[in-house]
Amino acid sequence: MPEEFRLILKKADEPGYTPDIDCYMSHGGYESLKKALAIQPKEIEDGKTKTPQEQIRDEVMTSGLRGRGGAGFSCGLKWSFVDRRSGKPIYLICNADESEPGTFKDRQIIHKDPHQLVEGMIISAFANDVNLAYIYIRGEFPNGAKLLNKALNEAREKGFLGKNILGSGFDLEIHVHRGAGAYICGEETGLIESLEGKRAYPRIKPPFFPAVLGLYMCPTIVNNVETLCAVRHIIEMGGAEYAKLGTPRNTGTRIVSLSGQVKKPGYYEIEVGKVTLGELIFHENFGGGLREGRSLKAVIPGGSSAKVLKAGEKFNMKRPNKDGEMESVEVDMLDIPYDFDSLMAAGTMSGSSAIIVMDDSVDIVDVLANVSAFYAHESCGQCTPCREGSLWMSKALNRLTSGKGRKEDAEYLTHIATNIQGRTICAFGEASSWPVLSFVKKFKDEFEAKGAAVQPAEGEPNKEGAATAAK
Amino acid sequence: MATETTKAESKPVETVTVKVDGVTVEVPKTTPDWQGNPVPTTILQACKQVGKEIPHYCYHPKLPVSGNCRMCLVEIGMPAMGRDRKPILNEDGTPKIQKGVLPYDPSLPRGAIACATPVAPNMEIHTHSDNTKMMREAVLESLLINHPLDCPICDQAGECKLQEYSMEHGQAKSQFAETKVAKPKQVDLGPRIMLDAERCVLCTRCIRFSRDIVNDDALGIVERGSYNSIATFPGSRFENNYTLNTVDICPVGALTSKDFRFQMRVWFMKEAKSICTSCSTGCNIVVGSRENKVYRYEPRDNDAVNACWMCDEGRLNYKWVNREDRLTDCIIRERDGNQRKVEWPTLIKELSERLAKAEPGSVAIIASARASNEELYLIKLLADHFQAITDCIPRQGESDNFLVQADKNPNSNGARVLGVAFSEMGIQIARIDEGIESGKIKTLLSFGENITRVGIDDAMIGKLDLLVVSDILGSHAADKADFVLPGAAHLEKRGSFVNGKGRVQKFQKAIEAPGNARADWEWLRELVIKITGKQPADNLPGLFNEMSASVSAFNGVQWKDLGDLGVDINI
Ligand SMILES: Cc1cc2nc3c(=O)[nH]c(=O)nc-3n(C[C@H](O)[C@H](O)[C@H](O)COP(=O)(O)O)c2cc1C
Ligand code: SF4
Ligand code: SF4
Ligand code: SF4
Ligand code: FES
Repeated sequence: MPEEFRLILKKADEPGYTPDIDCYMSHGGYESLKKALAIQPKEIEDGKTKTPQEQIRDEVMTSGLRGRGGAGFSCGLKWSFVDRRSGKPIYLICNADESEPGTFKDRQIIHKDPHQLVEGMIISAFANDVNLAYIYIRGEFPNGAKLLNKALNEAREKGFLGKNILGSGFDLEIHVHRGAGAYICGEETGLIESLEGKRAYPRIKPPFFPAVLGLYMCPTIVNNVETLCAVRHIIEMGGAEYAKLGTPRNTGTRIVSLSGQVKKPGYYEIEVGKVTLGELIFHENFGGGLREGRSLKAVIPGGSSAKVLKAGEKFNMKRPNKDGEMESVEVDMLDIPYDFDSLMAAGTMSGSSAIIVMDDSVDIVDVLANVSAFYAHESCGQCTPCREGSLWMSKALNRLTSGKGRKEDAEYLTHIATNIQGRTICAFGEASSWPVLSFVKKFKDEFEAKGAAVQPAEGEPNKEGAATAAK
Repeated sequence: MATETTKAESKPVETVTVKVDGVTVEVPKTTPDWQGNPVPTTILQACKQVGKEIPHYCYHPKLPVSGNCRMCLVEIGMPAMGRDRKPILNEDGTPKIQKGVLPYDPSLPRGAIACATPVAPNMEIHTHSDNTKMMREAVLESLLINHPLDCPICDQAGECKLQEYSMEHGQAKSQFAETKVAKPKQVDLGPRIMLDAERCVLCTRCIRFSRDIVNDDALGIVERGSYNSIATFPGSRFENNYTLNTVDICPVGALTSKDFRFQMRVWFMKEAKSICTSCSTGCNIVVGSRENKVYRYEPRDNDAVNACWMCDEGRLNYKWVNREDRLTDCIIRERDGNQRKVEWPTLIKELSERLAKAEPGSVAIIASARASNEELYLIKLLADHFQAITDCIPRQGESDNFLVQADKNPNSNGARVLGVAFSEMGIQIARIDEGIESGKIKTLLSFGENITRVGIDDAMIGKLDLLVVSDILGSHAADKADFVLPGAAHLEKRGSFVNGKGRVQKFQKAIEAPGNARADWEWLRELVIKITGKQPADNLPGLFNEMSASVSAFNGVQWKDLGDLGVDINI
């Protein structure tokens, strides 16, 4: 039976569990940190030794942990790219900007169990020789920022932060920085600019890869809240043990934010890939199905920037058969295991693991108009295709929803979106174009119906269109 | 700096082999960045070095790379790598090339921005492939959808990159069917700059220039997405002494010079290469004029002097050329106040007759460090003949740590190397004053300077037998002089200056001098012939070469060696 597997949120929802340090410590908190700091240099072949830091990094690599912020990039690999020879300080930044529409997982950790994040950060900082770290928290979480600051003070009082942490010789400070309320501050290089006190204009890569030229042009690691929490558990359990959770290449647990037209919206922690999309929506342990009399229309599986899945869509996926050989099988969208690779194989992504469910009562064009309005408002405006294209799509969709659609609008929207994706400075370009591309492609008839509804009578020019299109 | 580059050049230049539009080329591994530091050569620089221009808006060779306009996107291919991290080879042994495609949609190209992507060995660059053109057209279309297209009333028309690229790379018609974003069209950014936010393509060149070149973080962007607009910080103005450079580098007509806007269509103007004369830096300029009227100065590239910048003060200091009080007549004045307007031959004849009577040692010359080297050379010949005391009048002002020098004379070093002035300019003026007071000095020649500024008042003028004033603008001294010789402004003649760092630079004639005003070197030469019997060359290059041969500091440099950028000499 599919069910939740709580690792990160194991204690947060227990009755009587509070965000203060005593509660955390009485539940085994900061033991992983003590364990990490007690690791001794290890002799390996040729008389070489592995430092405790290298050993922790190895554990994270072994764990197979993939970033929980959106891209699902290997955490161990990301850490291995850090330029450790520059002689410059290395920074660690916790991305707590949680802004992707539909996503409400990091806030659970921040509000209910902030010390878990702090412990994960201290271990990650230690592993990467970081002495100064930041938590960049979205501006709309004032209470979260307060709780984090309180947690940091408590940790400092107990000697988990500051100089010579627990007598290990390791120094670390962590500062909380509140964002100023823009989605783009969640993009890691935009975040870095914002943290530097500037407008959150994402940086071009090359040359500004954070691992080399990040915060203040120093090597920098940016990780999501949930990723850093997982590090704490990897140290507790060991990387190999953690890798047994979930499925191969898609290890560990993820907190899924389920919203939309389901009976039981909410957050659910699952072993990655052990539960299908359909189970998350329909099973009584999760969403509990749709409202009475409704049928499924569409699902956005990974935050609003992920490509939409249409009810009934089928995909060919490689699956091991009984003999362990890979074979191609047809999979219904509801049977896609909820993990990074399967959703990617279905042409979409698990993104920030936010599932938005739509039943047959929604007007799909309205939904897209809503999503696009968000991206038009949040485009930072730095690069041409996204700056101009995001608002262009939104204006066109508003025209459609206000009864002024044209027959060619489906194609028109596809044209605009195609010219954004892959041509921009940051992945916002994909975030704003993918919804449009997928909605229009998969629900073309609904877009065309909106257009056909107001076609001018034979011989009568479409005045609105003609006047503005002339230029 | 010069020695550094020679050192670098003496080492064999490391190169990278790439293919540009099917042609294999070798390009240097590194190329200077905006500050001149060697950095890995980018696709854009590599293409430029082999003569292929890649269209761009935000990239500017003298500014940090920003990569925001995406106009320079090109299709590229990279050698395919095997699992062993070695290139996979084709049957003929050449590396197999993998075209850049979007990982999530391999039917579409993954372009690279040429301005920020370094070249890599065996990279294939396609500056004109269908995919490159498609990406370029799309960027242009995006830039145009919200653009007001008010070319008929735009000052940039004719030198606008949006117009230019739309002709070359744009589609004939846009599909845009929405209403355009309206933005403020007349934003007063500062005392000299107006912004039309609708025309702005948000390339941030202006922001980067002010922040990174002038160190004045005055400009920024406000609002989000399509509503982005250039703005100053609330309560502050864009008013540093370099603001007008942003008008030059703005690729479109968004930033306009209040001085120049709506004055003249650029394609009607005639251009002449010249030098700014407002300080000893000697920024290289292009003078734009029409029908003998100057409309603007623009900086001209010269890495050894001003890169591609100039200060606002220098740029706007041209209007005096058209002033009402220009001297335009040759005048001979009797001591009783009677005066005659004469022609040049009469003036030179009578003047040389009067001067011939002057005793050696009784003559003083106050020349100008705004005169050209050639003129100062001729003045020096006269001075030697009369054993005259000479000097120039210093002009000191403020300097900054960018271009502006405290010495406001453009040719102080020319005056020094030619022996007309000395290390401390103006040191001889007191001796001249004393000489006049004591009656030792009876003849005073003043070239381009208002001598009343250095204490030579009416009483002292009264003690002179002969006062000769050559100047461009009227002055009290000119009103009193026995001979008045109307001179030409530097815009009205050719010549050379030696700047504060010892660079000899030439300037060309942009317009004609008014009335009878004439380049000083022409009549000075006639005077020298009449008085000294010497025969200086009858053309400016010849005169320069003659001067260079006789004055050791010039080291025999020939006029033609000066080129457009000048030559360093030992000062
Ligand atoms: C437009 C945009 C917004 C993003 N917003 C967030 C965010 O709110 N939180 C987050 O953790 N990652 C966000 N990301 C992803 C980050 O850039 C970055 O990949 C992530 O923080 C890395 O952490 P991870 O490796 O632990 O996932 C965003 C990315 C883009 C392109
Ligand atoms: S893609 Fe959009 S959000 Fe990202 S830098 Fe460009 S304009 Fe800004
Ligand atoms: S005003 Fe001109 S230079 Fe400045 S950002 Fe706009 S287009 Fe670029
Ligand atoms: S810095 Fe000097 S030479 Fe250059 S433009 Fe200004 S005044 Fe003219
Ligand atoms: S020139 Fe603007 S992105 Fe390259």
